[in-house]
Amino acid sequence: MSSVDDYVARIEETCGEERHFIVIFRYNLKNEAIARILKKAKMEKSTSRIAFELSFRDVSFRLYVTGKAIFRNLKDKEELRKVLADLLL
Amino acid sequence: MLDPYRIREDFPILKRKINDYPLIYLDNAATTQKPRQVVDAIKHFYENCNANIHRAVYTLSQESSELYESAHEDIAKFINADGMEEIIFVRGTTEAVNLVAYAWGLHNLGKEDEVMVTLMEHHSNIVPWEALSKIKGFKVRYADVNDDGTLNYESLENAVSNKTKIVCLTHVSNVTGVINDVKNVTRIAHEHGALVLVDGAQSVPHLPVDVNDLDIDFLAFSGHKMLGPTGIGVLYGKREVLEEMEPFQSGGSMIKEVTFDTTTKRCLSSWNDLPWKFEAGTPNISGGVGLMAAVRYLKDVGMQNVKAHEKKLTDRALNRMQECEKIRIYGPKDAALKCGIIPFSVDGLSSHDVALFLDSYGVMIRSGFHCAQPLHEKFKLKSSARVSFYIYNTTEEIDRLVEVLKEIEQFQ
Repeated sequence: MSSVDDYVARIEETCGEERHFIVIFRYNLKNEAIARILKKAKMEKSTSRIAFELSFRDVSFRLYVTGKAIFRNLKDKEELRKVLADLLL
Repeated sequence: MLDPYRIREDFPILKRKINDYPLIYLDNAATTQKPRQVVDAIKHFYENCNANIHRAVYTLSQESSELYESAHEDIAKFINADGMEEIIFVRGTTEAVNLVAYAWGLHNLGKEDEVMVTLMEHHSNIVPWEALSKIKGFKVRYADVNDDGTLNYESLENAVSNKTKIVCLTHVSNVTGVINDVKNVTRIAHEHGALVLVDGAQSVPHLPVDVNDLDIDFLAFSGHKMLGPTGIGVLYGKREVLEEMEPFQSGGSMIKEVTFDTTTKRCLSSWNDLPWKFEAGTPNISGGVGLMAAVRYLKDVGMQNVKAHEKKLTDRALNRMQECEKIRIYGPKDAALKCGIIPFSVDGLSSHDVALFLDSYGVMIRSGFHCAQPLHEKFKLKSSARVSFYIYNTTEEIDRLVEVLKEIEQFQ
């Protein structure tokens, strides 16, 4: 059974008022992770095939084709992991 | 003149591609890339000379000791110190500031005293003083910064008094690149009998720095920001100040002798000579060797050439970035007032998004507070994106940066 950690290599929390999380997907599974996320999230905007502005429930985030994503204004890492689990698994 | 194209040949990493684009490394204020000469010096040390230094009579240890001492001597010459006794190897700038705070401040600061810092300091030149003030009860005062990012000298001069025991300031801001007039601040501090500690993390790698000319009491800097390895840095201290100070850490190497007193049933220690009094335990020998190679590399290039090259790049970047409609640049727009560091934001995007977009094109920049939150608060910024240059960056890379920034502007 797969888990979030199968897809996620690192999570960086930004400091300051803007409490964002930057998720870096495992290089060898980044395309699969992106495909899974695009299937479930709502596309708000696509920018030049570089990034996708997405929303999932009330969470907005930007997904980069390089295998990174920035999730905005989540309460904490636990909430992020729940969102990632719903998106990836 | 500095030839960045020839210099780039010494940096194998710069041949890498990131996300199918040629790597453009513009995060030099965080750390610099390492030339082959530095990597080779460390490799040569481990393959030929490795042994623990001092107090051994065999050949390898003698060779290691000589290399490690030569590193101190080379760095003393590089910043025009009076000798290797004034050069203490530490892990980096942060440890150097902590050394001064705890080895000097703990014994010399009291409730009635004041420590002066500035609002543009890196956290590493704020937090140790605030932490120590909780123990010793002294006041930490902050010199203000003008709206253009330059230091408000009037506010500093007004705040320095005979209560001030030390003035701690950065030579070059790690956010705006502003070069502070350290000589002027030192004059003001010394007139009131205060010592001066300079954070040289962003100046020593980029400008000629002469501690005798500046007349400062301490200078802290990091090896990894000047082509050297991580985990090695320098605290310069005036010999007479260092001699009066107690050690920072205790243990091996930093003692002359430890004797057992049969009357008191306690061990008594006496301290080793400078600089070893402040280098407890087995030091980072290979780091010292790597830093020596880095300093020799920079000397060959010439620090005036480094400064001129970065000014050229900064001039070009400041001019070209202003072509972008949605980009706001913070700090002075005059390259003569600063080193090669430019903080900016793109309207409608967080600094992290800017960095992630640029990363998609192989351009590496930093985003966030850059460990200088008070300065960002002063500028009313939640965070900033930052580009910073070094000897291997080219005008073509600046042009490519601007080209990509213009594309990013169109994304919104």
